[in-house]
Amino acid sequence: MKWIKIEKEDFPRGLKALAETYQCLGPVKGEKYHDFKVLDENRPPDFDFLNTPLSPKFLVEPQSEILFEYTLDEKKEDAHILKEAQKDLPPRLVVGIRPCDAAAFLLVKRNFDTEKYKDPYWVRAYEALTLFGLACQTPCAACFCTTAGGGPFDEAGLDALMVDAGDHFLVKILTEKGEAACNTAGWENVVEEKAALDAAALLKETAESKIASTVETDNLKQQSTTALYDAPFWEEVSFSCINCGTCTYVCPTCWCFDIQDECYGCSGVRMRNWDSCMYPLFTLHGSGHNPRGTKLHRVRQRFMHKLKYYVDKYDDGIQCVGCGRCVVSCPVNIDIRRVCNLMNALPDPSTVCPV
Amino acid sequence: MIDYTQKIREIAARLLKEGTVDMVIGFRKGTVPMMNEPCFIRKPEEADRLVWDSHCGINLANYLYDRKEKIGVVAKGCDSRNIVTHIVENKIKREQVHVIGVPCTGMADKRRIGALSEKDGEIREVSEKEGRITVKGDSFTKTFEKKEVLQDNCTTCLHRNPVIHDEMIAEPVEEQTGIDPFEDVKRIEALSPEEKRAYFQGLVADCIRCYACRNACPLCYCPTCFVDESRPQWVGKSIDPTDTMTFHFLRAYHCAGRCTDCGACERACPVGIRVRQFTKKLNKDCVELFDWEAGLTLDERPPLDTYRPQDPNDFIK
Repeated sequence: MKWIKIEKEDFPRGLKALAETYQCLGPVKGEKYHDFKVLDENRPPDFDFLNTPLSPKFLVEPQSEILFEYTLDEKKEDAHILKEAQKDLPPRLVVGIRPCDAAAFLLVKRNFDTEKYKDPYWVRAYEALTLFGLACQTPCAACFCTTAGGGPFDEAGLDALMVDAGDHFLVKILTEKGEAACNTAGWENVVEEKAALDAAALLKETAESKIASTVETDNLKQQSTTALYDAPFWEEVSFSCINCGTCTYVCPTCWCFDIQDECYGCSGVRMRNWDSCMYPLFTLHGSGHNPRGTKLHRVRQRFMHKLKYYVDKYDDGIQCVGCGRCVVSCPVNIDIRRVCNLMNALPDPSTVCPV
Repeated sequence: MIDYTQKIREIAARLLKEGTVDMVIGFRKGTVPMMNEPCFIRKPEEADRLVWDSHCGINLANYLYDRKEKIGVVAKGCDSRNIVTHIVENKIKREQVHVIGVPCTGMADKRRIGALSEKDGEIREVSEKEGRITVKGDSFTKTFEKKEVLQDNCTTCLHRNPVIHDEMIAEPVEEQTGIDPFEDVKRIEALSPEEKRAYFQGLVADCIRCYACRNACPLCYCPTCFVDESRPQWVGKSIDPTDTMTFHFLRAYHCAGRCTDCGACERACPVGIRVRQFTKKLNKDCVELFDWEAGLTLDERPPLDTYRPQDPNDFIK
């Protein structure tokens, strides 16, 4: 692991060199907000942002993704054959991704890339990425990454971590992929001076101390699943929910999708689209029965999945990186921090006297 | 506004104590600045949870139907008009709701305030006093005249006072006059078909099909929305621009003659789409063709769901 220094004025030159090998992406200021887009000379990255309202999960799991194609046109050679859609998947370099969003890929990986099952589309897209994270020096008010298993300078899932040090970035190279990208860019100015590294450490400490909001998670694992499921607070927690998909769509760790077939004339595609456990249709059976027929069921499911089932299954914390997007974007202010704390603090039913 | 909170608490506690209602639906203080959360209380001693300020923009009419309880509901002008619409459309019975009317001076636009403070940093605190809203961040404090930072629909609202109520928490406020609510619609009407198409395509370019606009809307209560139907499937589910546009246009048409321009759709949108640009044209048509504004009377059904044999137009016969 080594640190290098990139002068900000040299950054565009490096990106230009990288563009020979990689498709480069980064935060770009749009009319309303910052979003991750393909970069070029006319569209440089803009690092002056808190975080993007939409998570960059779409880089690996696009909202709509075509998996297969077919044609019934018998004049064509491949008529009647369902073929995998051909995709151009160049190596992609993402600069300026926040540590929480990079760490989120690792949580999602547990679902899409296991010993037994591999989702080829997800795995290929993920493996094509090289992630240059941008440390969060001004965390948002709704961020709670430090108690969700991460931190504003967290390195998990990153190939390099960039720290803004005024007129230059201090960059910690974390993996071979990160090293390779730096070589391609010509970013090779190794920093060994203690003063520079101490400055980076101080920035880290300062950023961590700025995270003012927290969640309590220590008790979730030992809580009884049925007690949480039957907890008295779900009616009150779910009351305001309007069952839109905002929380799940902005979430970097929500991974659910739905398969759809679409046909146009005599050709068609099979695609997958993001889905949301907040939608009644998500669990509607062919029989007409819906096991999660009310919004209470659905809201409970979202929080139980992230904060209990996932915790039990993987024994490695919650399925949330504390980015705060759902807190900020929820149209009715349902706050996962509040719900997490309620779940964590639920009294053990066996010790409560039913008066 | 603090007086409003106090008065709402007093009324809610009394209604629950007297047994006039089983629950009161109102707002509790939000966990992030410029957001309050719809909530319910069932006991008089819970009345202290209720608050009122300029961040109660969510339309509470959305929370009234498919319930068995007798409900007290805190309602500003637009909420009351949607309650009227619910009653007319048989979603709730008049006697099931006890309307606690709030004369409204408009709701703050959190996006506008956020944009005006963007350069200063993130807003961490908000307060208001005497028609001014003050926001604070780590290294700044900014004060806005509330009337300068209202939600767009509130700037052209002509019915700030509840149109039905069982009791009012304060004297009615003065209604705005001399306003043309359809200035923006007229600008779009003047565009060429190509320009209109480009305009609407631009509006929905960022749509992520989360349906927050639909679900925040009190009018969108269909058991299964047309976008969720699968047999037949009316509209594709990807983010194909034609499908997205179909959703927005069709939803707007389903609201024709029923929309109160409460702004819930725009407020809810996580990517800031100006959803009302779709519904307002239909509101304008209803005013011009039928002299109709939705939710003002319990005695008449909306123009597009009535039929009269003596209708003067030939096409209907």
